Amino acid sequence: MAGILVYSENSKNAHELLTAATIIGSALGLEVRALSINNDTQAEDLAERCGEVYRIKEDSLKLSDTSAMASILDQVVRKLNISVVLLSSNRRGKELAGRVAQILDSGCLTDVYGIEVRDDGNIDCFRNGLGGLTVVSQVIDTEKKVIAIVPKIFEAMGNKITGVIRDVEVDVRSSGVNVVRTKTKVRDAVDIETSDIIVAVGQGLANKDDLPQVEKLAQLLEGEVACTKPVATDRQWLSEERIIGLSGKKCKPNLAILLGISGQVQFTVGIRDAKTIIAVNTDENANVKHISDYMLVADIKDIIPELIEKIS
Amino acid sequence: MNIIVAIKQVPDLDYIRIRDRRPIMEDVPQVIGDIDKSALAAAVDLKESAGGNVIIVSAGDENLEDTIKEGLAAGADEAVLVKDARLAGMESSVIGTVLAATISKIENGGLIIFGEGSADNYSGQVVSRVAQILGYPQVGYVNWIEIEERVAQATRSLENEEETVEIPLPAVMSVVSEIKEPKIPSVSSILKARNKPKRVYTLDDLGIEIPENRYVRTVINLAPVSQRKGILIKSVDELVKVFESEGIIRR
Repeated sequence: MAGILVYSENSKNAHELLTAATIIGSALGLEVRALSINNDTQAEDLAERCGEVYRIKEDSLKLSDTSAMASILDQVVRKLNISVVLLSSNRRGKELAGRVAQILDSGCLTDVYGIEVRDDGNIDCFRNGLGGLTVVSQVIDTEKKVIAIVPKIFEAMGNKITGVIRDVEVDVRSSGVNVVRTKTKVRDAVDIETSDIIVAVGQGLANKDDLPQVEKLAQLLEGEVACTKPVATDRQWLSEERIIGLSGKKCKPNLAILLGISGQVQFTVGIRDAKTIIAVNTDENANVKHISDYMLVADIKDIIPELIEKIS
Repeated sequence: MNIIVAIKQVPDLDYIRIRDRRPIMEDVPQVIGDIDKSALAAAVDLKESAGGNVIIVSAGDENLEDTIKEGLAAGADEAVLVKDARLAGMESSVIGTVLAATISKIENGGLIIFGEGSADNYSGQVVSRVAQILGYPQVGYVNWIEIEERVAQATRSLENEEETVEIPLPAVMSVVSEIKEPKIPSVSSILKARNKPKRVYTLDDLGIEIPENRYVRTVINLAPVSQRKGILIKSVDELVKVFESEGIIRR
C-alpha cells in the first residue's frame, strides 16, 4: 500500500503533521508513516501516535546538511513507496522541501495553512498568494507530492497507540556542510498569537523614546505589543517574536490597534483576521484604511499620551 | 570568484487593485522584491573578499531588462538574463531549471545567493531546486556570510537558534532581509547601470522546453472577503467611545 510520510526534526511539528497526514491518508487510502532521524526519544514519541515509525541512526548525517537530508528523504520515499511527503513549513522544513521535490521530480507547496481532500482525490492546499493579497488554493499534479505545512495549524496527535519502530538503512551522502557553532537565540517569551488585544506599531513611530508609551497603552488594555517587520529587524526596537505578517506571526485578536502602520500587504496578512481593527495614521490614504473598522488620522506621538490619560 | 545573485521580477504589490475579490494585474509595475535587494546588497559586500564580480541572474518576461536595471544600479557588475514571454507566471520547478541552466553559463561562479522567498509567492523552493540541479551544497535563511578561499562560513537563522556552518564552495545560499539593508542607488550609479554588460538568452538558447503539464495548478486565487466598517474618527474622545462601544473598556 502506498504511503504518506511525515517528517520534522521538531517533534511537536511532527505530531501536528500526523494529524494532517491522517486526514489525507484516510481520504486517499494511504498508510501514514513517520520518520525520525538520529532522535530515539522522538521515534518513541512518534510510535505512540503513528502505527509505523521509521528510524534512522547515522552519526554522519547532520540536519544542517540539507543536501544529505534531502537525499535521505528521497531514499526513504522510494523504499516505502511514499506518494505524499509532509514536512513542517518551519525554516529547516522549507529548505528541505524544495530539494526533496527536485530529486523526486515533483511539485511542492510550502507555507500551506489548510488542506482539503476533494472527491477526485486532489489535495487542495491553501496558502497565501501575491504576498498575502490573495488566498490561493493549489493542487500538485505530479505522482509524488511534497507539502510543507505551517506549524500550529493542526492539533498535535495525541499519544494513544502502540506503533512499531523499524530501523531503516540509508546511504549518507554528505555535501561537506559542517556546523562550526550554534547559539540559542535570546527569546522573547511573548506569544502574540494567543493575545486577545494587540497594540502594533510601525515605522510611523519615529522615536524609540516613545516606545514605553506604546507599552503602557498595551498594558492598560491588557494586550501585547507587536510590530511590523522593519521595527524589529531594521531598527531592532522589538524582538522578532513580535513581528506580525507574512514572515512573522498570524494573529486573530479581538482587537488590534495599529499605530503608525501604513498597511502593506506583507503586514496585513498577519492581522486581517482580527475581529476589530483600529488604525491611527497621519496619512488618510494609507492602505491601512482598507483593513480598518475605525481610523483616526493623527500623529501617534500626540495621540498615545492623550489616550492613556483618558482611559487610565 | 564571482558571486551570483538570483533575482525575481515581481509585481509591485502596492499597485495591485482588487475588484470582485480578483487581483487586477494590468499596468502593475514590475520590481525587484525587498529580500532580493538585501541579497544583492550582501553580495556587493562580499565582492572584495571573493575577488570577482557580482552577477545578477534572472528569468522573466519582456520587462525583465528594465526591472533588472535597478539591480545593476545597486552595485551588480553584470546581468545574465533569460527573457521569454513563456516565463510570465511560470512555476517554481521550471524557474529552478532555467536558473540552474543560466548559472551554468557563468564561469567561476563560487557563491549563488537567493532571497529566502520571493515577494509574491514566498515559497522559497527555487533556491533548493537550483542547489539540487547543480549538485551544490546549500544553506538557507542566512544572516551572515564570510568567504575564505574555497569555503565559506554562514550563519543560518532558525526559529530558536543560530547555526553557523562551514560550507565548501561553490554553494547556494538563501538569505534573510536582516543580512543587509539595501542602499538606494545614487543618480550616477543609475546612469552607469545602463552601460553595464548584459547577456540575454531565450529558452531556446538554453535548450529548455516548458513541460506540457504543470507540476502545480492554481485552482483559486481570490482576495479574502473583508467586511470592515471603515469609519473615520476625528478625536481621541471618539476613539475612547469606540473602546467603550466595542466593550474594550468600561466606564
